[in-house]
This record gives sequence, structure tokens and C-alpha cells, in this order.
Amino acid sequence: MKGTNLGEFEELVLLTIAALVNDAYSVAICDELEKNTGRAAKLGVVHAVLNRLEEKGLVKSKLGEATNTRGGKRKRYYAVTNAGKAALLKAKEVRDNLWSMIPGMTLKNI
Amino acid sequence: MSKSKNISPPRLAERLLRWYCKSELLEDLQGDLNEYFDRNVKAKGVRRAKLIYIIDVLKFMRLYTIRKPEFLNTLINWIMLGSYVKTSGRNIMRNKLFSSINIVGLGVSMSVGLIMIAMLADLNSYDKFHTKHNRIYRVISQHQYKGNTSNDFFATTSLRAAEEIKESLSGTEDVAILRRDFSGDIELNEKIIPLAGFWGNESFFQVFSFKLVKGNPVTALKEPFSLVLTETSAGKLFGDTDAIGKTIVRNKKEYTITGVMEDVPVFSHLKFDMLGSLSTFEILESKNPHLMKWDSMWDTWAYVLLPEQTDLPALQQSLDKLSAQEDKSVADTHIELALEPLTEIMTGENLSNQIGPTMGKTPVRIFLILSFVVIISACFNYTNLSIARAFRRTKEVGIRKTIGALRSQVAGQFMVESVTISLLALVFAFLLFLFVKPHFISMEESLQELLILDLSPLLIVLFIVFAIAIGLIAGIIPALSFSKINAIQAFRNLSAVPALKGITARKVLMVFQYTISIIAITATVILYKQYKHFIRYDLGFSTENILNIRLQGNDATVLKNELQALHEVKGVSQSNLITGIGHYWVTKAKNPANPQDSADVFHSFIDENYLPLHNHSFLAGKNFQAKADSIETEVIVNTHVLKRFNIGEQNPEKALGEILRVDGKDLTIIGVLKDFEYGKSNSKANKEVMMRHLRKDAQHLNVKIFSEDWPTTYARLETIWKKIDPDHPFQAKFYNDQIEETFQGLNASVKVGGFLAMLVICIACIGLLGMVVFTTEIKLKEVSIRKVMGATEAGLLFLLSRGFLLLLVIATSIALPLTYLFFDKVLLPNIANHAPLGIFEMLAGALVVITLAFILIASQTLKIARTNPAEVLKSE
Repeated sequence: MKGTNLGEFEELVLLTIAALVNDAYSVAICDELEKNTGRAAKLGVVHAVLNRLEEKGLVKSKLGEATNTRGGKRKRYYAVTNAGKAALLKAKEVRDNLWSMIPGMTLKNI
Repeated sequence: MSKSKNISPPRLAERLLRWYCKSELLEDLQGDLNEYFDRNVKAKGVRRAKLIYIIDVLKFMRLYTIRKPEFLNTLINWIMLGSYVKTSGRNIMRNKLFSSINIVGLGVSMSVGLIMIAMLADLNSYDKFHTKHNRIYRVISQHQYKGNTSNDFFATTSLRAAEEIKESLSGTEDVAILRRDFSGDIELNEKIIPLAGFWGNESFFQVFSFKLVKGNPVTALKEPFSLVLTETSAGKLFGDTDAIGKTIVRNKKEYTITGVMEDVPVFSHLKFDMLGSLSTFEILESKNPHLMKWDSMWDTWAYVLLPEQTDLPALQQSLDKLSAQEDKSVADTHIELALEPLTEIMTGENLSNQIGPTMGKTPVRIFLILSFVVIISACFNYTNLSIARAFRRTKEVGIRKTIGALRSQVAGQFMVESVTISLLALVFAFLLFLFVKPHFISMEESLQELLILDLSPLLIVLFIVFAIAIGLIAGIIPALSFSKINAIQAFRNLSAVPALKGITARKVLMVFQYTISIIAITATVILYKQYKHFIRYDLGFSTENILNIRLQGNDATVLKNELQALHEVKGVSQSNLITGIGHYWVTKAKNPANPQDSADVFHSFIDENYLPLHNHSFLAGKNFQAKADSIETEVIVNTHVLKRFNIGEQNPEKALGEILRVDGKDLTIIGVLKDFEYGKSNSKANKEVMMRHLRKDAQHLNVKIFSEDWPTTYARLETIWKKIDPDHPFQAKFYNDQIEETFQGLNASVKVGGFLAMLVICIACIGLLGMVVFTTEIKLKEVSIRKVMGATEAGLLFLLSRGFLLLLVIATSIALPLTYLFFDKVLLPNIANHAPLGIFEMLAGALVVITLAFILIASQTLKIARTNPAEVLKSE
């Protein structure tokens, strides 16, 4: 395994899970991603990423209660693990560091 | 929400997902897809939503979702096999009635299957002993007169075609030519032995793999007046002494024996005792102008040996070229040549002019279909009964599943059980097979020559494979439906078990079985009536008490004088053939009014005693008069001849004295006969018949005999025969027996039909018995309560059997019209003079089947209806 390095999309998914708190299941994650990034998040892709994150130990999941929707199938809820939180923080730290090195002028001209 | 709930995602895609997806991911994925589906139904419509669902399912097929193959389970299944066998044995022992019903039912039908397999194995091994059998083809030909192609192919070809192919056609290695009529009496010193054989050319032993024990295969049939004997016939003639180089006499000519070959194997379509060299025949017949004619294609068989990797279409083209070139030598006639593989002769097209008896495609196919129906019917029975027993087995399955059996393991258990039963049935079937085999072979004379049905290791292996296959086929449906049972449902409520819902299917199966049974028995009865009808058919002349003696070359007058001395003999006449049993002589006769018009007329040569002896009746004119000279001047015709040529305006009286030109002779019509059956009475053709005055040797003596003590008379006749001809066996048959022999084919199909009908009925009844026992057992408590409440036995009987009777009525109302339509519209219109279909034979079979079924149902239901309700209700 490549370690705890996060890809860009992985990071987005992980952040979304964290943002959705108790309601983080696949479809909701997709919707939230679409809303925030404005780009189409395919269910298949999100699923694959969720699966990978779980393998890396960055998220954990549990099955919810059965409801009448979804053809009676239970939802799988995701939550960010401590390792996940650490990874997110590390990624943010790296970015912040890099941001701080950029001279203020250059950016304002964008 | 409720609206979209009714629309479910595509079933197939759902199943695909369930099949490939890992179980731990499955539920979540399904849920997600469902949610998207609902959303898409609202936003994009049902069709798009379904399409998207399918695409998504396919897209989800990724490495991490696909389940790993379950090697471990397969391994466990193998280990479990022993346990399956053990439990199967216990189950079979526990339900003795059902097991024996199944074993007997399957066994009976499997015995038919075994006969079928043995027969196919026999037929398949025909002519395979020739080492070059893949490369040998027979030349077959079709005679087309004035573009009329209604004739089928004949197995024969012309001698000219055979020799042309041998000499000048490129692309062939060798041609073996056989010619008929070599059979005859072989004389050696004082011995005379009749042997059967063919003329054969020198290539015979190169093309075929018959082994010469003595003599040179290359030259044995080369020189004129050479003769090759089989070991058996050499033994008959010469005993233990060496036959090579000896001379024997056939038909006043001396032949030298140039070879002794091993006896012809059983599985050879060519059967003979000896072969004469074809070069002899060519010398003997050198003056015959028809010998080498292109269209005399009735007496020669040509077998072509092709080189390896022959281009068959190209060869066919050169055959076409050959016939196009040769067609010029004959007027208005085209002879079409084609090739037939050697190995397909026995089971291929039913060609005319075969060299020996063949089976042909049609009987094989009919037998295949019939055995298939019988076997499938028995498999239905098994399926039917097993599912019916679901009631008792669901709890077992439930416990198995609770303990952890997988679906495949439950299915495996049931499959092993059905295979065990079918293997037990095989034992039963095998005993039946050994018992039925001799009866089957002796059913028809030609079968005796064709089949031996001997057991071989390969055959035994085939039998076992067959039994396992039957077990798998019969067991697959019960196995699948039992393995579907949900463990919780199995304990909760028995009526919820899916296996019990197949009632309709089982009813359909039963109706099917009974329909087949009724069709089979009705068809047999109808065929039997036709057979009886034809052997008693009024041929238009009397056949009572007439004994036909084959003269076999002896002088008719000598024998006649001897016979007339016996007091039992009331009259003797001579003829060259026997009418009404399918013997034909045909020639062309010219229309007296129009010499351009000629037609085929069937005829028989008779002496002046023949017509009175057979009670033929004259419409006009008189019989032949005895006369000394050998010139033929007169003829007696039937009304169809008058009609065909429009002689005397079809008035018999006016036709007398008219001249009919036959075989280059002008014959005066001196009598007109009432129409009678010349050929077979069930044939539509050959209506124009004339009787010609016998001017030379006859073939048959027709002797009218009234005897009180037939064995003594027969012995006397035989003594007289022995005195005149000590060499040939006395061949005499009563006319009526000969007619019976003519319809032997029909008789054989009645026997086969009867046998199969019995089987099908037997199987259907066994199936019904199982169903009735099962249903009544389920209703035991209901019946008891009804009895307590005061139901009568008759009422209960009606209640329990009503459902089954309804099924029988449905089966009858399907079967009878089908049978009627088949015979009335398809089969019988093709048979001349057939007996009309009567009410009796239409209903008799169905009645027997229904009565049998009713007895069965009644016996079982009465048993239940008579039980003491207290006994039943107490035990609960």
C-alpha cells in the first residue's frame, strides 16, 4: 500500500464523509460532492474510492436500519477513523504550508 | 413513492449482480442502485431508468466486487458425496412404495432405451470393418423420363456407368462392381447345393476388406469362370479338402474355384455365399443388347473407392458431366448419378433396389422418437412424485440449511438420490432388456438378419452413462426446487413452500402422459383393424384352400400329373406369379387406336385352369383354351385396361376381338375380367392388368386342396416333391398365409405399437398411483373429519377422485381428436382400400385406459375413505 497519502478525489470524499457526519452513505456522498464541486460524481467511482479508503483504514462503515426505500436494502454508513482524521489534517497542513509560502501579491492578481 | 415501488429494476440485471457480487458488498450496492433507479424513474422515465440500471450493474463489475470462486465448497461437495449416498439409501428404504414406483417406472422405460442404444450401436457398426470404409461410396441413380423426377434414387446403377467411372473418370481409385442373379444351384459330382451370391469384378477385394483365406485377392475374380466361396459354403461343398483349383458346375457351365474367403461378417450390408467373376457374366450375356445400355440401371451396384481428401463436389460435377454425355444414347431419359457413403447405407435414405435388407432412416427415427417419449414420460413421473413428496422433505431441507448446507449441497443431495434410483432402475431395466431382446429381434424377419444386440463392454458403459443421464434429467427439477426452500419458511408454514405450488405443472404433466397413452393405444387398435381388414380383404378372386407351390425350375406338367392323382387335390393351375401379395411383372402395351400411345400394363402368365380355379369372374368373353403350340395370340384384360386405352368405348362386350399390341405381338382380347387386386391391396398404383396365356415354364403351381387331415396331406405332397426334386426343399404356402406375410410390416408395427402403448400406459398408471397416494395421504385428516361429520363413502370417493377424473377427461379430449385427424387426414388417405375409422376402435383404447385409471384411483381413495377416523385423529 502506498501509505496514507491521499489522492485528490479521495480527499474530497473523505472530507464529504466528515461533513455529512451521521448521514454519510454512498448516495448522499455522491449528491453532496456534486453539489459542492459542481462536477458529476459517478456512483461507481465513489464506491470504489470508499472501498479503497476502508481498505486503507481511513474510514469505517456499519450497516444501518432497513427502511422502505431502496427496495428494503440497508444503507452502509461511513465514518472517518482517527487515521482518516490524521490524514486529512496532514493534507491540510501540507497545503497550508505551501499557501503560506506564496507571496500575497501574486495571488490577489488572479 | 408507492407508484415507483411498483416498477422494479430489470430482473435479469438484478440476478447478474447477485451472482457476481461479493455477499458483504451486495446489499449496499443493491440499495444504492435501487435508490438511483427510483430517482431515475421519476426524472427520466422507466425505460431510461432500466437502461441506466443495467449499465450500472455492468459497470460495477470490478475486481473488488467480484466474488472469488468457491474452491472450498466444491471440495466439500466431493467429501459429502459419501454422505449423500448414505442418506439417499436411507430415503429409498424409508419410502418403499414411492421408491419402488420410481424404480419400476424408470426401469420399464429405460429397458426401451437400452434396446434403442443396443440397436443404434449395432446399426452404427455396419460396414465399419472395411479398413477404407471412410473412402468408399456407392453410386446411386435416378431415372428421369421426359423430365419427370417423381422417381426416387435407386441403389443400383447401370453397368455402363459403373465401367465408365472405373475406366475413364478421374479422381477415383477403384470401383467394385456387383451384379445380381448369380445365386443358383452349385453342382459338384452328385451334390447340388443352392447358394446365394453376386457377380463381382476383380476390384472387389481391393475396395472391400473381406479377407481371402486362400487365393490371390488381386486375381481371384479376374479370369472368366472363376468363383470365390465363403468358408462355410466351401465346407458344405468340399468338407475339409482344399477347394482351390477344383471345378464345380453352375447352370451347365464349369467354374474354377480361385479363392476361399472368410465368412461375411454380420455387420456387412453385403451378404453372400459366393462370388462369380463379372467377366464371366459379360461373356455369357455378350449377345444381350440391353446389357450395356445407359438406362438399364436396375441390376448393378457400383462401389467407388476414392483417394484420401477427395473434393466431393468436384467429383459430383464430373459425374454430372458423364451423365450429360451418356444421356444422348437414350431418348427422353436422363439418369442422374450421385454418391452415397458406404457407412450410411444401413441407416440412410430408404432407396429402392437395395442389395440386401437395410434399416433405413424412417424406422430408426420413429423408434427414436417413440423411445424418447417413453423415457421422458418416466422422467416426468420421477419429477412429479419427488415434488409431490416435498411436503415430507421440506423440514429435512430446512434443518440441513439451518445447520449450514449451501444451496448447491442440497441440490447435490437430491441429484445423488435420483441418480441412485436410476442406477437401481438400470439393474431392473437390464434384466427386462435381456428378457425382451429375443422377442424384439424375432418381431420382424428382417430384424433377425440385421441386428444381434450382443453385449459388449462399450455397450455396458453406454448403458451406465445413459442411466446417469436419465437420473440427472429426472432429478434436476426436484433438486432445484428443493434447494430453493428457505429454512425459516420450511418450519413456519408448509403451504408457503415453493415446491408445493407446482400443482398446475404436475397436472399438465399428467394430462400429457395420459394423452400420449391414449394416442398410443388408439393408434395400435386402428392399425390392428387395418391389418385384419387387409388380410381378409376381398381381392376379387378366391384364395381359399389354394396352396401355392414354387416349382424351382422343375417341370410343371410332371408334378401336376403326380398331384392330380391325390384325392384331396381338386384342381391344379399354373402361373408365373402370385397376385395380391405384391409381385409385379410389367410391360408396355400399345393403344390399338393410337400407336403413339403406350402405357405400362401389369400382367401374369397363366394357364387355362387358373381363372376358374381362383373364381375370377368374367364381365364378357371367355377363358383361354388349351392348345399345343407355343405361340401367344390371346389376352384377357381388366376394365382398367379398357379405360386406359379407351377400347370399345369401355364396354366389355365391344372390346372383345380388339387387338392389343404387347411385346411386339398382336394379341386378341378374348375376355374381360372383373377388376381384382393385382399387387398389394393397399397400393393405389398398378390398376391396369392383363392375363396372358402361359406358353412356357411356369413358376408356381396353384393347387386347390380340401383336406381333412392337413399334416398327412402335406407329408404326401412332400413325398411327391422329393421324388421329383430331391435337392430343393419343398416350398409350398397357402395363399391366405402368403397374404398375411405380405402385411407383415403392418403386423410388426401393431406389435411395436402395442408394446410401446403398454409401456406408456404402465408408466402413466404408475405416475397416477403415486399422485393419488400422495393426495389422499395429505387429505387423510380432512377425510376423517368429514366422516365424523357424516360424509358417505361414495361422497368421499367422488370428492377425492373428481380432480383426477377431470384430468383424464381433458387428456381424452385432446388425444382422440388428434388421433382421428392424423389417421383420417394424413395416413389413411395414402392407403388404398383402407377400412374406414369406426367409433369402436376410436373409443376402445381410451375406455380401457380410463377404466384402468379409475380402478387405480378408486382402490386408493376407498382405502382412505374406509379408515377409521378415530385412529387418524387420535394420533395427532
